[in-house]
Amino acid sequence: MSGIPHDHYEPKSKPEKWLHKRLPIVGLAYDTLMIPTPKNLNWMWIWGIVLAFTLVLQIVTGIILAMHYTPNITLAFQSVEHIMRDVNYGWLLRYVHMNGASLFFIAVYLHIFRGLYYGSYKAPREVTWIIGMLIYLAMMATGFLGYVLPWGQMSFWGATVITGLFGAIPGVGESLQAWLLGGPAVDNATLNRFFSLHYLLPFVIVALVALHIWAFHTTGNSNPTGVEVRRGSKEDAEKDTLPFWPYFVIKDLYALVVVLIVFAAVVGFMPNYLGHPDNYIMADPLVTPPHIVPEWYYLPFYAILRAFTAEVWVVQFASFITGGIVDAKFFGVVAMFGSIFVMALVPWLDTSKVRSGRFRPAFRFFFWLFAFDFMFLMWLGAMPADGPYASLALLGSAYWFGYFLVILPLLGLFERPTAVPETIEADFDSHYPPKSAE
Amino acid sequence: MYIQPEHSGISKGGRPLSHAEDTGSRRDFLYVATATTGAVAVGAAVWPLVDQMNPSADVQALSSIEIDIDGIEPGTQITKKWRGKPVFIRRRTAEEIEASRNTPLADLPDQTSQNDNKFESDASDENRTLDEAGEWLVMIGVCTHLGCIPIGDGAGDFGGWFCPCHGSHYDAAGRIRKGPAPLNLLVPTSEFLSDTVIKLG
Repeated sequence: MSGIPHDHYEPKSKPEKWLHKRLPIVGLAYDTLMIPTPKNLNWMWIWGIVLAFTLVLQIVTGIILAMHYTPNITLAFQSVEHIMRDVNYGWLLRYVHMNGASLFFIAVYLHIFRGLYYGSYKAPREVTWIIGMLIYLAMMATGFLGYVLPWGQMSFWGATVITGLFGAIPGVGESLQAWLLGGPAVDNATLNRFFSLHYLLPFVIVALVALHIWAFHTTGNSNPTGVEVRRGSKEDAEKDTLPFWPYFVIKDLYALVVVLIVFAAVVGFMPNYLGHPDNYIMADPLVTPPHIVPEWYYLPFYAILRAFTAEVWVVQFASFITGGIVDAKFFGVVAMFGSIFVMALVPWLDTSKVRSGRFRPAFRFFFWLFAFDFMFLMWLGAMPADGPYASLALLGSAYWFGYFLVILPLLGLFERPTAVPETIEADFDSHYPPKSAE
Repeated sequence: MYIQPEHSGISKGGRPLSHAEDTGSRRDFLYVATATTGAVAVGAAVWPLVDQMNPSADVQALSSIEIDIDGIEPGTQITKKWRGKPVFIRRRTAEEIEASRNTPLADLPDQTSQNDNKFESDASDENRTLDEAGEWLVMIGVCTHLGCIPIGDGAGDFGGWFCPCHGSHYDAAGRIRKGPAPLNLLVPTSEFLSDTVIKLG
């Protein structure tokens, strides 16, 4: 599977040989588990395992919740309360599932920012990056669909606002929105299909994750230096790598335990901290809550959506050259999806030959500003959309696009990187001098 | 059907391939015909899978309702659910009518009436109300930005409605004045059946 030379599975016993000739599944598992992994991976390389674990956690708790939940507008809210009060350990399963979504997004954001800092997206790992972005989109869709199911006020109005985004598309928007909702407004038809799709999408994510892993097992992992593993011979490769099992499995499991301790504390002591009290009020199509806020993990993009109002000159310009087809509402929608689209294009927007941010001083400054911008937009997304917040959100959105479309393409041309180590081994030995040398 | 050996498309013993070309065009036709039939069949099979998502018959059946407006005093409004959305029916005060009629059209971001009863008309107050006197204002109570329900009874900077989600202000005729919403609140197809009954749809 991997392009890095290493020992492959050799069936020894007769039954093993018999199976291997017919279905080499043990060999596949062996090669996947024993893949040579750069030995200098730091603690930012644990989030993949956390994500894989969380996906399984969400699927298992989700399947169980579906055994007790009723997707009907008259019963959905009550059935969630029934889970919370009557079903054995129902409260635990629901709180784990609810906060599991937050764990999923914390881990995915750290995973994505890891990739952005160390240039993991650069050739030859563009396909891994693109698949990762598709997984992220599928996660956002799944999270949104799931949030509608408890049929609280935020469920209902979140669904109304988000499906309204599709209504903003010129021409087909209105019929597209009715098609998505199954009626003129969010109603029983909407709840039913959202439940069906919320059940489906995680399995699509499982398939995408398999491709994601396959892709980076083909190219080999990236690593903090961005220097490739030597592939000339097995001996060279072994100087730069260690097998995934047991070294990285144990390391990752240790990290997972630490993460899960924090997670268990949140589930146990403050399960509703990241939620909204309004969602414990049953959905009412005639009353909008005074302040609609999406879940925290959508907030940066929500801020970008709202930033482009009719007073902004780029919006007026877009409206002018399209003869009014692109209005402020549609522009906001385009900007929101565009903000993720430019991130997906980063393998081609970043022109620097040096992969890791560790050796790019100027890049580091702009990267940390970008990380700050992400948090800044997240805060702004939770604030009311007027006064100073509106102009700040515009500033934050401008930097988001500027980072990908202007800074990264230009930095590669002007920046002077510092010295990159020859090999992973050299970098590793300079941090951890070999015992024999002492 | 019997196929002669020379039509099999295989050149034998130096026989020129011109016969094979005949067969080729015939084959091409069969390919295209099969593929076209297949595409139509697949399309026909997929359409029900797509169309099932559209509003069902029972949802569409609720498309017309009658509302009793007896007892609504000037300066008050009622909200009724119609096609899954709230409809505002407001009986305006003389001050509201006057303020709305005195607003210059140039101050309005959306210049069209958005009135399903009066297509292609401008956004003057007379084109927004259900009656000549301008007392009755019937509107879909859904913000034209992203679908929240605006707060009424003189809310916002223009004495009409205010959407709390993203800060859109509508005036006493339900016309957008300030904020991200692009359009005036929509006036649905509606008519007086009698002095005290309004029909929606």
